[in-house]
Amino acid sequence: MYLLEVRDLTKHFGGIRAIEEVRFRVKEGSIMSIIGPNGAGKTTLFNCLTGITRPTKGAISFFDREITRLGRDSIVKLGVARTFQNIRLFKEMTVIENVMVSQHCRTQSGFLSAIIRSSSFRNEEKTIREKALEYLELVGLEAYSDTIAGSLPYGSQKRLEIARAIATEPRLILLDEPTAGMNPQETGEMMGLIKKLQELGKTIILIEHDMKVVMGISENIVVLDHGVKIAEGTPSEIKSNSMVIEAYLGKEH
Amino acid sequence: MKKAPIHRFADSPIHRFTHSPIFIALWLALLFLPFKGLEAAGVLFIVLFAAVSLLRVFKNYAGKIKGLLSSLKKFISGRIRIKLPESKTRSIALTLLMSVVVMALPFYGHDYLIDIAVLSGIYIILAQGLNIVVGFTGLLNLGFVAFYAIGAYSYALLNTKLGIGFWASLPLSVMLVTLSGFILAIPALRLKGDYLAIVTLGFGEIVRLVLNNWDSFTKGPNGIGGIEPPHIFGMQISRLGQFYYFIIIFVLLAVFIIRRVAASRIGRAWIAIREDEIASSSIGINTTAYKLYSFAFGAFWAGLAGVLFAAKMQFVSPESFTFMESVLILCMVILGGLGSIPGVILGAIILVMLPEMLREVQLYRMLALGSGLVMLMIFRPQGLMGGKGVSFRS
Ligand SMILES: Nc1ncnc2c1ncn2[C@@H]1O[C@H](COP(=O)(O)OP(=O)(O)OP(=O)(O)O)[C@@H](O)[C@H]1O
Ligand SMILES: [Mg+2]
Repeated sequence: MYLLEVRDLTKHFGGIRAIEEVRFRVKEGSIMSIIGPNGAGKTTLFNCLTGITRPTKGAISFFDREITRLGRDSIVKLGVARTFQNIRLFKEMTVIENVMVSQHCRTQSGFLSAIIRSSSFRNEEKTIREKALEYLELVGLEAYSDTIAGSLPYGSQKRLEIARAIATEPRLILLDEPTAGMNPQETGEMMGLIKKLQELGKTIILIEHDMKVVMGISENIVVLDHGVKIAEGTPSEIKSNSMVIEAYLGKEH
Repeated sequence: MKKAPIHRFADSPIHRFTHSPIFIALWLALLFLPFKGLEAAGVLFIVLFAAVSLLRVFKNYAGKIKGLLSSLKKFISGRIRIKLPESKTRSIALTLLMSVVVMALPFYGHDYLIDIAVLSGIYIILAQGLNIVVGFTGLLNLGFVAFYAIGAYSYALLNTKLGIGFWASLPLSVMLVTLSGFILAIPALRLKGDYLAIVTLGFGEIVRLVLNNWDSFTKGPNGIGGIEPPHIFGMQISRLGQFYYFIIIFVLLAVFIIRRVAASRIGRAWIAIREDEIASSSIGINTTAYKLYSFAFGAFWAGLAGVLFAAKMQFVSPESFTFMESVLILCMVILGGLGSIPGVILGAIILVMLPEMLREVQLYRMLALGSGLVMLMIFRPQGLMGGKGVSFRS
């Protein structure tokens, strides 16, 4: 069963061909990596998948539903969550508030029940808080629940972004460079966290530059170069693909 | 430690000149010259020059002064050893004291003071409304006074033209204002930042101009008089003391309701939008809808304040709803602290009281007020009670 299907996805910014006719499919419960040199169009692909930019051409279906032209919030509601390459936390809110607000699309109290504090409102608030703590525990931030998010160290901010994504109760999680700027120990912990997410039944696509991470946890890899998909396969297939070595790994060897 | 200059010409002679006290004072004095004449401009120049120089010196020594104050505090508390009660009992005692002072005001205050207090109450409701839009949701609205005006005129017209009483007009007027909040929000929310500010500013001016020029309906600049004050159980609320308590009820209601909404998922969504709009839509918040709610909910309170204003004055005219009024309300919110409910109450009270207290020194009143605000922004940019993470928690 394929959870996500991307067909001929194309995105042009004026003259820049950020993505060109990219197609791939993602199996439910798998971990897929997207790799490629800087400017290859990886983040743009995520932006198309989450409704932040509208593709020029092509179609995206999620769970057999066309989501290409849906609004961002509807896409999240269907079960696609993401993190950002440049962290985008709600900096002035506390850590737990960041995770609480992320349950927005799974809750429904309105003005009236908030004003009269109806029992359904109080129950919902209680559940929101409990779940938030649970998600924080998952990423190892439960001790910082009342810290202002903006004052967390960099690595913790990245993990908080993941907690926020999980709080939307997604089926598919898109992680944009989750280990960027981390030391080897933090990277190892992040890999553990990603695997834990998979165990929880989530499907994961990650953009990653660290080859140890990519080769270590992904089942399938898509390689982009100048917006074009130049290869796709298992880690061992990608390692021996001459085009990939030339376009991407070649630079490092 | 010194911050790196943001501007690479920061150390150029031109920069140094344009930022020198003498230049700033001269420039402002010249701006005043056509309005106030040579003499006033001269006085202004001297006062400004002294003020700016002092401010510079003060800013340079701000750290030392703070250090001095804290060591003084340590010294005093070391000597005197007053046992301050636990912070919780202290805050309860403080609240109790404050409520007694507020509730007993008509018994010890003279009419002038009560009048100002009533006005403060109306402005508290207004500023709380704007705080929802600017403080929580981060949308700059420079035409907020339009909603205040629509509220006031709705009651004035319903009452004088159709003879509808206060209690029936109140929901009608407030509903109308909320609706106008939606109507403004729908086109305005496509815009961001400065553009939104300009559109709302335009909206404020349009409303005022319509009220001013539609003579046959609004009586234009002459305004509408003879508006009925509210009745409760057949008793007319027209004496100042009565109106004071009447207003207090509405202020409490506003604070109570806004607090609860702010501490719900709705309030959290607003703050998330203020913090990062893309991120908030990427966690599933329908940002357009929530900005719309914010505008309409803010407008709701402005409408209520407008109805109360019309009922209190028994007279409305376009003069009360100028752009300066929008700026004043915005200043209350910024002074108190964006997103802080108690802060905004304080901001509203201060900015209503202060000009009254400075009435003696007419000419320099606005100047003092302005320099006060400038000082505040230099030394406490988050406002009196904002900061520590502006987000709201119950
Ligand atoms: N909003 C935009 N407007 C114009 N051009 C854009 C926009 N977003 C991305 N681009 C361009 O599209 C191309 C792909 O950018 P993208 O950010 O997707 O690359 P990436 O693969 O994520 O790179 P990196 O590894 O550096 O994160 C780049 O040439 C970039 O300049
Ligand atoms: Mg990128």
